[in-house]
Amino acid sequence: MDWTALWLSMRLAAWTVVILLPVSVLMGRYLAYRQFRAKGLVEALVMLPLVLPPTVFGFYLLVAFGRNSPVGDLWQGLFGHQLVFSFEGLVVASVIFNLPFAIQPAQRGFEAIPVEVREAASCCGMSPLASLWKVELPLAWPGLMTAMVLTFAHTLGEFGIVLMVGGSIPGETKTIAISIYDKVQGFDDRSAGIMSAVLVAISLFTIALTFWLSARMGRRLN
Amino acid sequence: MALDVMAQADLPIPLDVAFRVEPGELLALVGHSGSGKTTLLRTIAGLWRPQVARVAVNGTAWLDTGARVDLPTHRRRVGLVFQNYALFPHMTAAQNVMAAMGTPDRGEAGRVLDLVNLHGLADRKPTQLSGGQQQRVAVARALARRPEALLLDEPFSAVDRATREKLYGEIIDLRASLAMPVVLVTHDMNEAQLLADRMVVIEKGRVVRTGTTAEVMTDPDALRAMGIREVAAMLPAVVVEHGADGLTRLDAPTGPLFLPGIEGPPGTRVRVRIMAHDMILSRRHPEGLSSQNIIAGKVARIVPGAGPGVMVQIDVAGHEILARITRRAAEQMTLAPGDTIHAILKSMSVARDHVARTPDLGREAE
Repeated sequence: MDWTALWLSMRLAAWTVVILLPVSVLMGRYLAYRQFRAKGLVEALVMLPLVLPPTVFGFYLLVAFGRNSPVGDLWQGLFGHQLVFSFEGLVVASVIFNLPFAIQPAQRGFEAIPVEVREAASCCGMSPLASLWKVELPLAWPGLMTAMVLTFAHTLGEFGIVLMVGGSIPGETKTIAISIYDKVQGFDDRSAGIMSAVLVAISLFTIALTFWLSARMGRRLN
Repeated sequence: MALDVMAQADLPIPLDVAFRVEPGELLALVGHSGSGKTTLLRTIAGLWRPQVARVAVNGTAWLDTGARVDLPTHRRRVGLVFQNYALFPHMTAAQNVMAAMGTPDRGEAGRVLDLVNLHGLADRKPTQLSGGQQQRVAVARALARRPEALLLDEPFSAVDRATREKLYGEIIDLRASLAMPVVLVTHDMNEAQLLADRMVVIEKGRVVRTGTTAEVMTDPDALRAMGIREVAAMLPAVVVEHGADGLTRLDAPTGPLFLPGIEGPPGTRVRVRIMAHDMILSRRHPEGLSSQNIIAGKVARIVPGAGPGVMVQIDVAGHEILARITRRAAEQMTLAPGDTIHAILKSMSVARDHVARTPDLGREAE
């Protein structure tokens, strides 16, 4: 059992969720409420990671963040090491790759709030921020929670892009999914089996927890 | 604290309207759906901005496109009761009311809920309340804002008829304690006539007529906009006694009226809406008729309509009754202004919800 890899995957998933929570609130809310000309294009861009092979996506990220790229050079200058093949690089890749899993459910959550309820919040004297905090977030919460759970579980299971952008450096970029692959390649079926079972258990627990929480939330709302 | 509204727009509907609502006055914006009345309400609340508009309360501009003034909705002290109430579903009745207060005060929320007869329901969620109760929470929430203008957008359209009658009474009672201008948007002429002090009839974004009920009801243009079947006179009356047979005797300036299903103790002041198409006219005082209400008056004016009907305005002791009869009947009777005439009203033709208490505002009903 590769505990280092499991811990790394959990950390990666946690960071991805922490970064994507505010992003999904802002983007989801914007896409839910606003109508603009390029909306279809923006929504398509957000969904793109869902349909592209992780290798294609990973390749572009390598080009964009690698040595001699503006972003890569800037990172190197600021932190003294490369962005690719590092944990930070993995977080950036994971955040981008999880955009559809985070933004889509959040957008649906905000779309489910009737327009008049938001207007009523303004008529009650609530500023946009107060309305977000007191009315919109509590009502969009099931959608946001789905977004975060999907992101967390999806990050744990991601393989292709992690391999492309991260390589397989133990303790730095070797996640549990990669570790399982390594074990299988090394004919260590027993370890691969245990780790796979642990991953199944964690993912199942997380998703079951969401269903339970949203059912409870639904009862509270009604 | 008068409310001044002026709005002009080409989209989404052509709009060219201006009106003023005095403090404590209830003004009804009346028109068919798509006439622009709800757009006007949204303009006052800051939920919509026409190309050219000015909204001012007590001389202070909330919106003035000429002077580039446009306060966001949350900076306007406005209470808006939405058609479907738009209560916050995750909050209790009391929390909904407190959400509209600058500093939430549970005691104050309880008092406002008592005011709208929701005592004991403060901790219910909206889904645990009936339609009428939800409407009361919406009214309480709007009042908790301590609004400088109270706006009601078709607030009675989502409840059944019996509840609506009750809510009319409550709004009428509530008005005694309201000092701000109130704007009621409705397509229901009965509602407008029973509740409003004045009305603005809007058709295709334009004001057809502004005035008191009596003024609007005798205006041919307004009649055309509202639909001829909505024409009715409004008579002030006082409950005298409830008969054992269920008929109530009311005293009106036109003489006694006997109507069924009236509530309230003797002395209660009411408004009775008498539909023009319910009236029958007779030159002589009729005898042997079943009708309990025969009102003698003088023909004031005969207004021909576009179709086969004419509108006869009858003056009865300074009050006006309207009768819509066929042109043929008017010609056969050779009716002319100044003639004495007897108007016959069937007791059972006055619907229960066409009678409402008079707002107790310490002044005479018009």
